[in-house]
Amino acid sequence: MASNEGGQADGRPLAIDAHGLVKRFDGFTAVDGVDLQVPVGAVYGILGPNGAGKTTTLRMLLGIIDPDEGTRRILGAERPHDVAHAIGYLPEERGLYPAMKATEAIAFLGSLRGLPLKEGRKRAHELLERHGLGYAADRQIRQLSKGMAQQVQILGTLVHRPRLVIFDEPFSGLDALNQGKLEKMMRGLAEEGTTVIFSTHVIAHAERLCDDVAIIAGGKVPFAGPVDVARDRIRPQVRLETRAEDGPWRAALPADLRREGAFWNFSLPEAGVEPLLRALIEGDAGILSLSIERAGLHDAFVAIAGEAAARALEESPEQEQAR
Amino acid sequence: MSDKTRTGTRTGRLSVLAAAWVVARRDFTAILFSRSFFFFLLGPLFPVIVGALAGSVGARVQASAEQPGLGVAMSAADVDALSAARARLVPALGDAIPNLIVLEKLAPGQTFDARAALAGKKGIAAVLTGTLAEPVLTGPDGLIGNWRGPVSMLAVQARSGHVIAYPEIALQPVATSSAGERRGRLTTAQSAQMMLFLLTMMLAGMVLSNLVEEKGNKIIEVLAAAIPMDSVFFGKLFAMLGVSLVGIGTWAAAGSLVFLLGGSHLPHLAEPAVGWPMLIGLGVVYFAMAYLLLGSVFLSIGSMATTVREVQTLSMPVTMLQLMVFFFASFAMTQPGSMVETAALIFPFSSPFAMLARGAQDPAILPHVLAIGWQALWVVVLVRIGARLFRSRVMKSGPARAGKRTKARRAAEAV
Repeated sequence: MASNEGGQADGRPLAIDAHGLVKRFDGFTAVDGVDLQVPVGAVYGILGPNGAGKTTTLRMLLGIIDPDEGTRRILGAERPHDVAHAIGYLPEERGLYPAMKATEAIAFLGSLRGLPLKEGRKRAHELLERHGLGYAADRQIRQLSKGMAQQVQILGTLVHRPRLVIFDEPFSGLDALNQGKLEKMMRGLAEEGTTVIFSTHVIAHAERLCDDVAIIAGGKVPFAGPVDVARDRIRPQVRLETRAEDGPWRAALPADLRREGAFWNFSLPEAGVEPLLRALIEGDAGILSLSIERAGLHDAFVAIAGEAAARALEESPEQEQAR
Repeated sequence: MSDKTRTGTRTGRLSVLAAAWVVARRDFTAILFSRSFFFFLLGPLFPVIVGALAGSVGARVQASAEQPGLGVAMSAADVDALSAARARLVPALGDAIPNLIVLEKLAPGQTFDARAALAGKKGIAAVLTGTLAEPVLTGPDGLIGNWRGPVSMLAVQARSGHVIAYPEIALQPVATSSAGERRGRLTTAQSAQMMLFLLTMMLAGMVLSNLVEEKGNKIIEVLAAAIPMDSVFFGKLFAMLGVSLVGIGTWAAAGSLVFLLGGSHLPHLAEPAVGWPMLIGLGVVYFAMAYLLLGSVFLSIGSMATTVREVQTLSMPVTMLQLMVFFFASFAMTQPGSMVETAALIFPFSSPFAMLARGAQDPAILPHVLAIGWQALWVVVLVRIGARLFRSRVMKSGPARAGKRTKARRAAEAV
């Protein structure tokens, strides 16, 4: 796919290149200097607790609202509406006309993005059939279940075959089966070269899908980068079982040591595993079992977002209480 | 900028107008084929039915009520002469001559208490006593003032005793006289203004409920993400304008039928200065302008309100202001050439009303071209302001108002 996106990061062209985005509402700073660089073709997760500023950030990227400060380039365009035909968007609050039939709803969403209605109807039928919803093609939205209506809207988001798809909390409201289907669909889009961005506060989805994530907390981005790098922000966790209860070897264990039943849990010391093993053996700890686990994205998220929230509370307690 | 998709169909950036067309087409067809539109079409029928029923009941009440008459207490000769005179005058003067109710034929020298008769006998509004040469009319001040002339004419006719032949008048109606022309056109202008105002008020409110419904459906964010808000607003305005014009067309067709069936009973309006076809054309254009101007304000209100109750609260001041604007335009119409008229012509919200009235009174066409351009400019300005307000004030998410809540909580905690 030819790319006319603007900017590059590590030699990769960027679908989104935003710097210093700020948005205030009635004196409340919802987003406070957000930087985002999303490479073309990536599956990019925007993670954050409720009220962190995820939706406001996405709305600024889409041009629904304008930032008070900062710049944004979406698919190379400074004005998002100039490339609206190449963008698909599923808002957090789903919305379709209740009296419209499923096919018409999908075609209408496509027509908003410049797809002729006739072609939109044709594609809508194909999409509904492909996703097992062919039987609902002529049903009104009001006759569909909430989950089905949401699937129809997701198909409407994709009917014009966008180069960039932005989903705001796409998994909420879907059952486990349909969550799985959506994950598969998102992977498929990325394989076709479509850039996929989604916001979520359920980290498991991001861990399974994303190459890169941005963690938003308190309107700021304390971390943006590859998932592996986020995980590496947390030291690997050691789980140790020893024969001896005490001894000189205890001095080699770090300060965050926690006892859970027969096990000692602690972060792997910065010096690494070898000095630790040496101390345990020489100190006659009697190692019964020892495992080292890499931190998950969830742990990384909790740590990063937690630190950021604590820092924000320190800097501006009123603002954070309001959030 | 455009993209060729895998099937070869091009999708490209929609212009503001093309995007507005997408919204307008959806709204127009959705509303036109809805049940609510059918009831909307029947809307004007209800006041007509209620009016007709009220008129019919009123007529029955009036018919059943006693017609107040003029009681007569005079000498027998005078009473007979008066009755004969009335019979001769009624064909020419009709209801202007009061009904005569003989109270008593007086003997010579007999007196009669008119006040007592008025208090006692029902159906008598006044009492005539005295003689034909010196009649005395007793009764309420306003009524006897009105009956003074007819009673005098009756007395003269009765005294003369001659049968006066009233000539048959040949009638030659003309559309207007030079003296009546201005007055007639003023009436036409007033009628046109009133019609324009009623239609605008009745139809502009529809935009409000449409947008509130849209926000309820949560579709507004999808629209705002895909196309500029200007397009959303324009699309909605023009869709509702289209629906309104369909409604007006239907009502006009029904009205024409009524006119054809009972035209002779409808009021005759003087020919407007620009002629009827042009005035009707201008009426349509000025309705569109008045509708778009008011609709754009209502749309902005609707976009910021979240519930129907909020809409009603917010739109009330606008409705009152619109009423004042209408009165302003009506007043300006009676002051041609004055500063007041100029102000009404320039002020965007009164301009369509004032210009339509001008069309009825002044044959010049160029001012209409300028006015329509001026009003269209204001439609664009108002829509853009509304769209900007929407973008800056409406699309907040999460704890956008948390600051206010915190203040409220702090205040509660302080108590």
